[in-house]
Amino acid sequence: MTPLLQVQDIAKFYGNHIGCEAVSFDLFPGEVMGIVGESGSGKSTLLSCLAGHLDPDKGAVLFDTRADGLKDTVKMSEPERRMLGRTDWAFVHQHARDGLRMNISAGGNVGERLMAVGERHYGDIRAKAVDWLGRVEISENRIDDRPTTFSGGMQQRLQIARNLVTGPRLVFMDEPTGGLDVSVQARLLDLLRNLVREMGLSAIIVTHDLAVVRLLADRLMVMKDGHVVETGLTDQVLDDPQHAYTQLLVSSVLQV
Amino acid sequence: MIRVENVSKSFTLHNQGAAVIPVMRGASLSVAAGECVALTGASGAGKSTLMRMIYGNYLVDEGEIHIGGTDVATAQPREILQLRHDTLGYVSQFLRVVPRVPALEIVAGPLLAVGTPHDQAIERARHLLQRLNIPERLWSLSPTTFSGGEQQRVNIARGFAHIYPAMLLDEPTASLDVKNRETVLQLIEEAKSRGAAIIGIFHDEAARQRVCEREIDVTKFTSGLN
Amino acid sequence: MSNYNFAYLDEQTKRMIRRAILKGLAIPGYQVPFASREMPMPYGWGTGGVQVTAATLTPEDRLKVIDQGADDTTNAVSIRKFFEATAGIATTEATQQACIIQTRHRIPEADLREDQILVYQVPIPEPLRFLEPRETETRKMHSLEEYGLMHVKLYEDISQHGAIATSYAYPVKVEGRYVMDPSPIPKFDNPKLEMAAIQLFGAGREQRIYALPPYTKVVSLDFEDYPFVPTKADHTCDMCDAADSYLDEVILDDQGNRMFVCSDTDYCAGRQQAGYVGALGTAIAEDVA
Repeated sequence: MTPLLQVQDIAKFYGNHIGCEAVSFDLFPGEVMGIVGESGSGKSTLLSCLAGHLDPDKGAVLFDTRADGLKDTVKMSEPERRMLGRTDWAFVHQHARDGLRMNISAGGNVGERLMAVGERHYGDIRAKAVDWLGRVEISENRIDDRPTTFSGGMQQRLQIARNLVTGPRLVFMDEPTGGLDVSVQARLLDLLRNLVREMGLSAIIVTHDLAVVRLLADRLMVMKDGHVVETGLTDQVLDDPQHAYTQLLVSSVLQV
Repeated sequence: MIRVENVSKSFTLHNQGAAVIPVMRGASLSVAAGECVALTGASGAGKSTLMRMIYGNYLVDEGEIHIGGTDVATAQPREILQLRHDTLGYVSQFLRVVPRVPALEIVAGPLLAVGTPHDQAIERARHLLQRLNIPERLWSLSPTTFSGGEQQRVNIARGFAHIYPAMLLDEPTASLDVKNRETVLQLIEEAKSRGAAIIGIFHDEAARQRVCEREIDVTKFTSGLN
Repeated sequence: MSNYNFAYLDEQTKRMIRRAILKGLAIPGYQVPFASREMPMPYGWGTGGVQVTAATLTPEDRLKVIDQGADDTTNAVSIRKFFEATAGIATTEATQQACIIQTRHRIPEADLREDQILVYQVPIPEPLRFLEPRETETRKMHSLEEYGLMHVKLYEDISQHGAIATSYAYPVKVEGRYVMDPSPIPKFDNPKLEMAAIQLFGAGREQRIYALPPYTKVVSLDFEDYPFVPTKADHTCDMCDAADSYLDEVILDDQGNRMFVCSDTDYCAGRQQAGYVGALGTAIAEDVA
């Protein structure tokens, strides 16, 4: 089976400081990869390089596009990459306001990607928006409200709906539950788990929260100081950590 | 179906002066389809450790672990994931509780993961929860508030939802009353008659005698290491 | 005549503006940045239109200036006098006799010809501005033809008002490529944007010029199930009885009595001269020959 994403030797430097270096992995359809590490580990830099938000200094990110097979997204033209970002790829930001248009209604936010790929029937667009709001457990009667009137958890769910409406195959998530109340996190994680399974999504999730990766990720990469120090099945890395840093990380998590 | 060959493992605790703790050496066993083999040995002898290695939850330092056609010891993560979906089931000692997810969905999970239609999966989940005497009013609740025994029964139901050709059962009858223990043993016998190869850890000797053809004392692989 | 250069601007500035105009004509609907000059009227008072007119005028031209259709409002009069003083060119109120027509927020009712130029005064040239405040983003959207956001605006209108509520400055797609703001003309005028004359758009404060060559294809944005409809007040002109011209609503007294009059003063006057009389008009006495 062809990997959906092949990351080859990605590196990003800030002068002499290593953002991330020597990162390589393959991601297959339906797989969720977690990337954990503490602040400064390079995980967010890596995610930005993979998602096309930052230009890496080295390496390739090969994506299996629908039309043209494997293409290096690092070398893609900007229009191509932006198109990818609206169709096959999605990015869920930590802060919903970075991933939403706050001055546009919830329905407009969900419909924007549809309109951006050429949908021109108001009734259909609205129906799809209603459907998606339902799937992320936002009541239909909020469809014309602006996200400024939503709670943090609702905004985050709206962001997810907005991203998934065009049926992307790969979702990047940057601390998707960061800053949310614990009960709200639980709801969001549950939603993400179900959507990932139902839609056969592949996902790359960056987080510092080991409980999130235990729940969502099939595979795990542990990063420290810009390098991947350990990788493997999530449960294996968390239950039988090999690297000193991973052992420290796992043992530091408080049991409730 | 399951073949373990010469497996060895040690833990290196980097944050405790890099202490190396060998826990297993030269473990070998095999289980044929339709067989149930019990792992025995004192508490802490390494039964769960061996089981976790077979599941791919622990890494092995040496040796091979063949399940069907896959060597878990050297397989890619993707292959192990596939194995766990289709072929290898694992009932752990404790249910890892996820908030909010109702018991029905938990049990149906493995079936949904292999693509079973939703209503079919839920139907099977209902059937199993019923067999294991979980009251219907609890089916739509998350097991976070269930008793230990109830949680374990949900765990078992989930373990038996999908028909796995190979199964690992870690103390499946612990904390169960007579009636439920009987149900679990029946589930195991049914699995065996379907041709499943099963490795189990049973503290309860009667249960062991009932369903297992053989016993393997893991102390053989672990004694004298420390 | 004054001590000003012809039409106020120096020749080098006019060349710069003409280059921008040519580029705009070559890329219909594309906003060309230009170095807008300080003019003797404040920003927001038509400096863009005035600069474009100044660069386009030749001594033989006849100029018409209208403000919301009328030749006789303060601003139209000011600008007309400005060009009379600095260029010494002939001026007129008759649409058919003008070579260049500078307009604020309306297109004349009469069909324009291939030998005429229509110059629009534009406040905000960027149709996406109120949805996406970042200039860096809107430039990318235009260059990559990413106009999903424009339809989001129309979607919002329908969801809030039941119909596309935009009634002026209604966005259009030019030659199937650029989305353009036609300046705050009423949407009733949008179909006229496909015409025989050259259309030039000048935004002085925002420093952009754009253009539509003759017979350019201009399509107003809409949804399949909410198509574009050019609407006007459901009345005829109370002075000249015209049924097909854009009407101004005039409040007559404190009791709320109102009348509707053609916004295009020249068009209305022309019809009255030809003998048409509206509900509140009086017939014009026959000219004693």
